[in-house]
Amino acid sequence: MKIIDSTKRYEVLRERMGNGDIDRRSFFGLLGAAGLYAGVSGGIMTTMATQARAAGTELNFEGWGGVVSEALRANAFDPYEAATGNKVIDATFGGEAEVLTKVKAAGNTDGHNILHSSGVSWYKRWVDAGYNSKLNEANIPNIQNVMTAIIDPFRAITPDSLSAVPYDYGTTGIAYNTKYVSEEEAKALGANLLLKKELKGKIGGWGGDWANRAWYGALQTGQNPNDIKDWDAIWEKAREHRDLVLKYWSSGAELMDLLAKEEIYVTEAWSGRVAALQAQGHPIAYMDPPNGLAWMESMFVLKGSPMAEAEELLNFMLDPATSIAVAEGQKYPSSLDPNKVKMTPAIEALPAYDPTGKLDKLVFRDPGVWNAVEKEQTKQWNRVSKGG
Amino acid sequence: MMQSDQSADKRPWALLSPSLFAITILVVIPMAFILVYSFYENVDLAVDRVTFQFGNWQEVMTDGYYHTAIWKTLRLSVIVTVLAAILGYIPAYFIAMTKFRDKWLLLLLLILPFWISFIIRTLSWIHIFGNQGALNGLFRLLGLTDAPLSLMYNEFTVIIGFIHVFLPYMILNIYVSLEGIDENLEPAARTLGATPWQAFREVTLPLSMPGLAAGCLLVFVLTGGSYVTPLILGGPGDFLFGNLIYDAVVSELNWPMGATLSFTLLFLLGLVVVLYSRLMGLNQLSKAFR
Repeated sequence: MKIIDSTKRYEVLRERMGNGDIDRRSFFGLLGAAGLYAGVSGGIMTTMATQARAAGTELNFEGWGGVVSEALRANAFDPYEAATGNKVIDATFGGEAEVLTKVKAAGNTDGHNILHSSGVSWYKRWVDAGYNSKLNEANIPNIQNVMTAIIDPFRAITPDSLSAVPYDYGTTGIAYNTKYVSEEEAKALGANLLLKKELKGKIGGWGGDWANRAWYGALQTGQNPNDIKDWDAIWEKAREHRDLVLKYWSSGAELMDLLAKEEIYVTEAWSGRVAALQAQGHPIAYMDPPNGLAWMESMFVLKGSPMAEAEELLNFMLDPATSIAVAEGQKYPSSLDPNKVKMTPAIEALPAYDPTGKLDKLVFRDPGVWNAVEKEQTKQWNRVSKGG
Repeated sequence: MMQSDQSADKRPWALLSPSLFAITILVVIPMAFILVYSFYENVDLAVDRVTFQFGNWQEVMTDGYYHTAIWKTLRLSVIVTVLAAILGYIPAYFIAMTKFRDKWLLLLLLILPFWISFIIRTLSWIHIFGNQGALNGLFRLLGLTDAPLSLMYNEFTVIIGFIHVFLPYMILNIYVSLEGIDENLEPAARTLGATPWQAFREVTLPLSMPGLAAGCLLVFVLTGGSYVTPLILGGPGDFLFGNLIYDAVVSELNWPMGATLSFTLLFLLGLVVVLYSRLMGLNQLSKAFR
């Protein structure tokens, strides 16, 4: 059961038009029809749908939207629903901070079960806030195929039991339009490509994460991202970048839209989203600068969720056939160990893919280091991003 | 006799009690919670300590970052209000004065956009002003430009977005006011020698002021409390005070500061309403709806 709101419906339409799947006339026709539908029948239909769903076990899933959600829906949730009779209600969040705000405001986790959680830092935050569940790994036998290197950082935080299963990984590198930036220039400049003055007004940036900006600030100032000593220098680089930026994007769909329509030529970007753009035929190249930011994502189960059904879903999602299909769809490598599970050529060609299964070539955030400064530096980033 | 007077005095309160009850439950008590929260202390992300301290208030009073946001908010609200008043008066006047038999159709067209999500209406500007938008397409078609003009993600698009969303409020208020004016007054002024412009300026405009003033107040307050439009249509420097509240609550997970900023915005917009009522007289505004 897929519930999408008007904004999401619009984004899907916009992506389809960007891909050339529908023409402009059809796009505006469908947009108008969607608007009328939402206005006339949205509330009633939502109420009726809620009643209709009340019969089965429901799992509320929140994730990143766009191609990622589509890959999960097509390759994991739909087959899971058909196989088990349970229902997965998937929605797009604006980030985990938004979910935490809602959960905190409500005082419980009702309506929130599984999150496509970003990295070990957020795993630690959910655990520290007391919203973590305890998974029974005996009910998730497919976890045996997951890379040890990707599970260990999670186990270090909750040694007794996991609250999530690592599901995919990727990098936040630099995307550039090859019509305007050559590969040689991109490689020569590395992270400093984001500071090229000649591209003023054609540079983008991710506005949703202070740590992403700080990581690139560290690369631009020659500091070790996991051992930043000079924060003033970091934010000075962020200011320099801000003055060149047209738009800080806030979602993967917006990132793809800005690059596809050539509103921006250069931005830091999520590897899978760039792979999706490349698959659509856009002249967008991707590079991971030295010490580029790598991350892993997990399927985090919140406290209070129906655990047996949640574990069943996680096991289903970690099944090699499902996991590989999702990875090909969302264009982020699977967390499964390539030494245990044969990957397809499409996955082996993905940016950030590590054939060794050890992930020792990728640099991840040290949650102990980054979480310790987050309160102070988030505030600083919010100010810098707004001209401060 | 005295007893009868007293019971008569209580009747307005009895009649008002459902409204007062609703306002207390839905506005006063939640705002009281927010005020109390503003004195708590945020010790870590999403972790607050229950205490009574003025740290958040002191920061808002002394930090120039917040003052800049207040200035930007007031400035943009004034710009949007003035432009909406000018742009809204013309269609309101047309709808009020037209002899078109099915006037209700025009009013229906006015409220039709409300059937579509506010976010989608805001996002639609990307398809008009964007690189591959309608405007750039037209420019290319007419041979005016070779490369697309960069029109999006600046203060101009934010203002356009605000006006697009709030203009119907302005038009409806002015329309209601114009509709209540005796239609013989303008011809009467003309028979006394006034030009059409003089008749409008000396008769219609002053009589429609309550509606115009009510529309201005509404648009000003709605703009001042917004944050989504700059988020979607603005660049890095385009933000309002509401965006700082969003940052504090959602990004920094600092609810005490979010509460302080929310209350500050409430106070500032409330102050505008009070000053406005002193200058314009809220009783005058009520005439707009008679």
